Amino acid sequence: MIVTRKKPFEAILKELEDAGSVFLIGCADCATVAETGGEDQIKEMTEKLTAEGKEVTGNVIPETGCHELDVKKEFRAHKEEVGRADAILCMSCGAGCQSARDATEKPVYPANDSIFLGNVMRVGQFEEKCRLCGDCVLDLTGGICPVTRCHKGILNGPCGGTNEGKCEVDPEKDCAWTLIYQQLEREGKLDRMRAIQAPKNWGPVLKPGRHVLERDKGGE
Amino acid sequence: MSVETVWKELCVEHAKPSIQEVLESGKFLVSGEIGPPKGPDIEEVIHHVDLLKDRVHAMNITDNQSSVMRYPSLATALIILERGGEPNLQMTCRDRNRMALENEALFAYTRGVRSVLCLTGDSVPVGDHKDAKSVFDLESVQLLKMLKTMEEGMDLGGNEMNAPVKFYKGAIVTPEADPIEPQLIKFEKKVEAGAEWFQTQAIYDMDNFAKFMKTARQYPIKLQAGLVLLTGAGMAKYMNKNVPGVFVPDDLIEELSAAEKGKAIDVGIKIMARHIKRIREENLADGVHIMAIGKEDVVPRILEEAELDINAL
Ligand code: SF4
Ligand code: SF4
Repeated sequence: MIVTRKKPFEAILKELEDAGSVFLIGCADCATVAETGGEDQIKEMTEKLTAEGKEVTGNVIPETGCHELDVKKEFRAHKEEVGRADAILCMSCGAGCQSARDATEKPVYPANDSIFLGNVMRVGQFEEKCRLCGDCVLDLTGGICPVTRCHKGILNGPCGGTNEGKCEVDPEKDCAWTLIYQQLEREGKLDRMRAIQAPKNWGPVLKPGRHVLERDKGGE
Repeated sequence: MSVETVWKELCVEHAKPSIQEVLESGKFLVSGEIGPPKGPDIEEVIHHVDLLKDRVHAMNITDNQSSVMRYPSLATALIILERGGEPNLQMTCRDRNRMALENEALFAYTRGVRSVLCLTGDSVPVGDHKDAKSVFDLESVQLLKMLKTMEEGMDLGGNEMNAPVKFYKGAIVTPEADPIEPQLIKFEKKVEAGAEWFQTQAIYDMDNFAKFMKTARQYPIKLQAGLVLLTGAGMAKYMNKNVPGVFVPDDLIEELSAAEKGKAIDVGIKIMARHIKRIREENLADGVHIMAIGKEDVVPRILEEAELDINAL
């Protein structure tokens, strides 16, 4: 899921300084799990903005904020409330925010910072394990991603910063290469770690990414 | 025009033998380290270069060490050459992508830099530009390989260059890494990637170092023991706690604590001199790399106490 973190309320007020009326959009998916754009947060934001003298014209929580067709449909269904608003405040991730961007001509502002693609470790706790590099190497690294979980994204084994199996940037974080070593040793596949990995191909997906599924061309 | 002619025309007349020449002649290689300054005032660096250039075979120049922005390592290497010393250019992967690293290698080569120490580099958040984007497009093994590729006349994009480069390629290893096994695999990979000689992270436990050297000696490489000057018990404890892969044994800490007020650095000098002597006597390594972080002025004293005069080797 996409992990989001709330911006400070003062920053949001600053974004909305020209807007007397606001329409809110959340997301029933990631932003609900991250507790940044679910029903409770929409309710809380409505109260806080109202207390600041803003009119909240309405809100919508699409099933998935980054599904552009759905968001457009929702905006059409809430045409009147969106129409009365000076601005749209998006309580989803940056992608959700940009679905809203394409669904209206009104100014669109983010209420959250999108921080990473995260695994849910337990309720309210997320960890980044994949950064969508476009050229997956998990087959070589015991299923543990060095591109993401090693702070420096090193492909060829630990740097000199490993300290008792922890990373130099944060003693709370495991050194990915210690984990990879341990896993490959268990699997009897340390030769995979011994093989020199060439510099990473950063160009398998031209940024910004675009991907179109090849539909079956009939026949099969 | 041969590269040697170019070097001469561009002002570099190598005054000293290269690191490779020293090591291959079987001499005990002694190098020091120059930390470039924070800003354009390079007077002190020049002073340190002049102080060390005839007392050590070569000088490492750190590259934005500890992720602190400083005067460039390559610029400092050129100062060393101009003043008749031998530079050992440190290159890290933190601040430049592969194209910029290739640029730097070309620049360094055409200006007479003959040895490069390849490092991954510290992480950005430990330094003084915490908001900077870190690069790490390559890391140490790939940087070594990059140089090797360029020595074959090719660049990393697979394109032919108009001539090859040639460097003596160095790398570092941490004999006190915890855990050690992954570090040893990396060491092997560095050798395979083209490392011809190594400098170690600071070592203080000579017995453990001797043990490590039994492994290292199995490879076709030369190795210098890395020695960092201890300036007091506080520094030793700090390093034990905060510097990964550095371990100062208790007896050395006690020795430093027992020093009279203001005299701890003398004890530090004594300890380093003792270690240098032992490394030479027991032939534990092919040389030493002396890091006197900020205290370059005492390096001549260390060498004297260690009875190490490179001109008499
Ligand atoms: S290598 Fe890592 S970042 Fe790349 S796709 Fe695989 S898990 Fe994701
Ligand atoms: S300590 Fe480990 S995880 Fe951290 S940067 Fe170094 S190799 Fe990567």
